[in-house]
Amino acid sequence: MAKPKAILMDAAQINRALTRIAHEIIERNKGVEKVALVGIRRRGVPLAQRLARKLQEFEGLEVPVGTLDITLYRDDLSELDSVPQVHKSEVPFRLPGRVVVMVDDVLYTGRTARAGLDALLDIGRPSAIQLAVLVDRGHRELPIRADYVGKNVPTSRHEVVEVHLTEVDGGEDFVALYDLPR
Amino acid sequence: MAGLKSKDLLGLRELSAEEIELILDTAEALREIATRPIKKVPTLKGRSYVTLFYENSTRTAKSFELACKYLGADVVNVSVGTSSVKKGETLRDTVMNLEAMGVDAIIIRHPCGGAPHLAAQFVRCSIINAGDGIHEHPTQGLLDMLTIRRHKGGFRGLKVAILGDILHSRVARSNIHGLTKMGAEVWVAGPSTMLPPGLEDLGVRVTTRVEEALEGADVVNVLRIQLERMQQSLFPSVREYHRFWGLTPERLRLAKPDALLMHPGPMNRGVEISSDVADGDQSVIHEQVTNGVAVRMAVLYLLANRGEAA
Repeated sequence: MAKPKAILMDAAQINRALTRIAHEIIERNKGVEKVALVGIRRRGVPLAQRLARKLQEFEGLEVPVGTLDITLYRDDLSELDSVPQVHKSEVPFRLPGRVVVMVDDVLYTGRTARAGLDALLDIGRPSAIQLAVLVDRGHRELPIRADYVGKNVPTSRHEVVEVHLTEVDGGEDFVALYDLPR
Repeated sequence: MAGLKSKDLLGLRELSAEEIELILDTAEALREIATRPIKKVPTLKGRSYVTLFYENSTRTAKSFELACKYLGADVVNVSVGTSSVKKGETLRDTVMNLEAMGVDAIIIRHPCGGAPHLAAQFVRCSIINAGDGIHEHPTQGLLDMLTIRRHKGGFRGLKVAILGDILHSRVARSNIHGLTKMGAEVWVAGPSTMLPPGLEDLGVRVTTRVEEALEGADVVNVLRIQLERMQQSLFPSVREYHRFWGLTPERLRLAKPDALLMHPGPMNRGVEISSDVADGDQSVIHEQVTNGVAVRMAVLYLLANRGEAA
């Protein structure tokens, strides 16, 4: 992809947003004793790990972190041109009694979140599932909303939001907006 | 990502190293599903599969059936003994009829080598070879390879000894094609009556002394003596076979101390393998069965999602 149209968030803004989300998770759940984080591959995973570090820092409790691969739950498998590589889901804690915060980078149509919900519920029955996203760009196709949002960004469907994270992409963190190539 | 090139899985001979790697990676990711309390994902929901077995099987048939079910597909079994095959229906007509019912893949085991290849020409749905005569048994080869990779990290430079009835073994042929492609050093050993000519052309080392094949091996794969396929006497007696070619604790000590012991099952205890070895610490025979379900899930997933571009 060519030059971004706009930088929506820089590294400091991303960090501040995650700090706020961490505080909101603590406030909403009255602490983090029952909280667990599950990152949706790929970029939800480092975001979940960063949130866990912040929760540890603020509350002094280690919050378990899992990873979820939603490939097997996608509703568009038969429409894709190539087969997506399946990766492991690793949820190394029991779900009953837990409040699981699902973490992803961008909330768009809501179809990934739907797949994430189904994937999680097949593993077990948490007492509640909440959704945290770094960017909510609108255009939902399903009745899904996030509980924690880093930044709301009005976009058009002809645009792409890209989250760039050190752990996955190298370099500095940023969130950029691009035009879809036509 | 590039998927599988062919609509069918006929043998490891037809697969490239990249395709084998892709199947093993996918199997590794899917393996966890069979360990969950809820062993089902919706990936192949609405797809239907048939197992068509012209030969007996417990492991392979049930492993395929469970793999279909774990991925959310529907599966029906044709048991040849109670089907129209008994009335003289040809393989061609049988598979074309099954396809006419709308199945997505037919999983075939047949006593004749090449039967799945023939069937694949008549239908547009996928044909998966679950063992054809003495030719190939690709998913067994793949599950053996997954087991090796999980323990040894890879294949390059590994010495793999395949012992016993190479002549009648489709497991041996699939292992040989797969392992040599991935860079392993494959040795086969057995009585000379059970070593078909031309084996060297497949890139393996051949010997009639099991000790030579076992020396320093990283993996030992013991094959079943297939008494049902033998039309003539290939060794004097079962006891004599055990004495000269059977895997005993003493012989296994020639291999590396951390060598893996594998057997495709069903075992003839006291013939090709002694019970002490089969139940010993180095045995990964049950893990092979676990990996078999994962490999079959991977094959079903990859054949079902080849995309329009493929």
